[in-house]
Amino acid sequence: MVEQSGPQGELHDLPQAVAAPRSRRSLQLVWLIPIVAALIGGWLAVKSITDRGPTVTIAFATAEGLETGKTKIKYKDVDMGLVTNVALAPDTSHVVVSAELVKEARRYLVEDTRFWVVRPRVSGGTVTGIGTLLSGSYIGMDIGLSKTPKEQFTGLEVPPIVNTGEPGRTFVLHSDHAGSLDVGSPLYFRRLKAGQIMSYDLDKGGNGIAVKVFVAAPYDKFVTDNTRFWHASGVDITLNSSGVTINTQSAVSLLVGGLAFETPAESADQQAAAADTEFRLFANRGEAMRNPETDVMKLAMVFEESVRGLAPGAEIDFRGVVMGTVTRVRPTLDVAGKNFRIRVAADFFPRRFRARDRGNRMTNDQRRALLAGMIANGLRAQLRTSSLLTGQLYVALDFFPAAPKVKPRKDVRLEDDDLPEIPVVKSSLVQLQDAITAIATKVQKFPLEQVGTDLQQTLRGASKLIDQIDKDLVPELRTTLAEVRKAVESADQVLKPGSPLSQDARDAMREVARAAAAFRALADYLDRHPEALISGKRADPKETGK
Amino acid sequence: MRCPRCGAALHLRRPDSVSRSWAFLIAAMILYVPANMLPMMKTSSLFGSQSDTIMSGVVYFWTSGSWYLALIIFFASIVVPMLKMIALAVLLVSVQRRSRWQQEQRARLYRLVETVGRWSMLDIYVVAVIVALVQLKALATIQPGPGAAAFGAVVVLTMFAAMAFDPRLIWDAREEKHG
Repeated sequence: MVEQSGPQGELHDLPQAVAAPRSRRSLQLVWLIPIVAALIGGWLAVKSITDRGPTVTIAFATAEGLETGKTKIKYKDVDMGLVTNVALAPDTSHVVVSAELVKEARRYLVEDTRFWVVRPRVSGGTVTGIGTLLSGSYIGMDIGLSKTPKEQFTGLEVPPIVNTGEPGRTFVLHSDHAGSLDVGSPLYFRRLKAGQIMSYDLDKGGNGIAVKVFVAAPYDKFVTDNTRFWHASGVDITLNSSGVTINTQSAVSLLVGGLAFETPAESADQQAAAADTEFRLFANRGEAMRNPETDVMKLAMVFEESVRGLAPGAEIDFRGVVMGTVTRVRPTLDVAGKNFRIRVAADFFPRRFRARDRGNRMTNDQRRALLAGMIANGLRAQLRTSSLLTGQLYVALDFFPAAPKVKPRKDVRLEDDDLPEIPVVKSSLVQLQDAITAIATKVQKFPLEQVGTDLQQTLRGASKLIDQIDKDLVPELRTTLAEVRKAVESADQVLKPGSPLSQDARDAMREVARAAAAFRALADYLDRHPEALISGKRADPKETGK
Repeated sequence: MRCPRCGAALHLRRPDSVSRSWAFLIAAMILYVPANMLPMMKTSSLFGSQSDTIMSGVVYFWTSGSWYLALIIFFASIVVPMLKMIALAVLLVSVQRRSRWQQEQRARLYRLVETVGRWSMLDIYVVAVIVALVQLKALATIQPGPGAAAFGAVVVLTMFAAMAFDPRLIWDAREEKHG
């Protein structure tokens, strides 16, 4: 019983499982899980959407080094985004890079924000982007200052020299040619590196180039309206009376070219120039530091001779000092005179006459009056040859007191502009030419042919005469000569020493000499004894005493 | 009912099997999206930093020539969890509809799902090991991304969903017919 009931009894000993009412709570709790999951998912979704930054497209010439999903966009080395797509433009001329930027970058995407690919680069004497050799290229970014949002950009092919916000100012220099300049070439101020060339561009007409330079902060205040910029590339060798001067800015500028600027001492106290002021870029320091040419007086000269060799830029010279330049040479029609004249306009720099005399600037009327007085004194312009090899001309101003007086040309207005005109004198070459021409004309007028025929006739007559002489005179002359010789010979015979004639002659001469001696003794005696003339010769006591 | 010894709740059937299973499954499905979208791990080295999702890892291995690795990751981390969720959904729907279609196959499918579940944690293990190993400070560090957490949650939730599912429900439809 016990054994049988054992298990039963054990079973009965066990506490009975109690049916518990099913709680609905567990069900509710279990559904919390998908709700939480949904919340997390939803939050992630919302976050990813709100975190999603703006997408930009950047056009580049080439996608070299750009990889989808890998190439980053960095600003000051902070990640700003990632390249999401690199595609060829529809016209295959460039590539279009799409990139997703971080959320905060939206307000930086403005009109003048710039993008460029950072690659290892050697330029302007500097090496940049070495880090990208290992990490691969990235897209650099420079945030602009504009407020206009933009989402499509054109990437720069070269990194900008100057980042937005860098202290300093940009200026524009105008030059005839770029020389050996390049983007990034240095700009020196007293041989300190003060800036860089940002870009250069052809002028609209292609007549020159405009170089944009950046002058960094401490130096930019030295750029005034009167500052001169010049090419400092290479070596500037000057040969003058003090010897050879060699000027160079730095070894770098020897290699990659460069610019320099300086403000003339007398205008250093001026206000700093405004940003983007335009300057002229001079070829060298000497040219740049010449006296200010801010004061320009325009003059005109009308030439009637050839101006071949006179080009705009030619010098106006006053006794060897350059006082201005020719700005324009153009023929003008002189309707009244039915003639063409060549009118040369020139810039004249009156300040060069009195560089130290600042301040009291004459008015234009005063200047004209002064000029008129000078013209009355004989001030004239004359074309002169500066180089016989090239035939280059320059205009020389000088006083020619002998020059004929001119009255101001008023009847003929050659140009609309009313420039004071300097009368001209012919160039010495032309004067010489005139003289030669005059001689040539006279020579031409000389009746050479007539003279020739006359001369021929004369010669013919002369030759006839000579013939006659030859025929008639010569034989007679010959006989005469023979006779003369005979006479001479006989004379010779007679006159020979030892000949009787000469002997006689010598005797005679001796006689004469003796007679002369006797005469002298007589004269002597008479001198001492004049009474002898009357009394005759007395016996001499002395002679008798002896 | 409670176990008189240990006090654990006793059930003749798993309670609320279908709804619990649905709850876990739906949660898993929701988290499956961020698990695939968000980066699994962030690698930063000398040469820059990079974050990879599961799919980008697969693509990386495939393009770099390790196609077998790519296939393993693809199946273990993308296909299997997805198939598991689809299988569970199919089971749940068929049970709710009291379908008598392919009951034996469905029972086998359930067993397969339960077995295979834990293998999907492969990715998580790999990430965990790599993150622990590669901490070379300046040279290279690897950190788990939010995707790893989501993915782990997906795997765990699908396992819970499979556990909550009562396979006997598959056969209920047959009994009803008999009864």
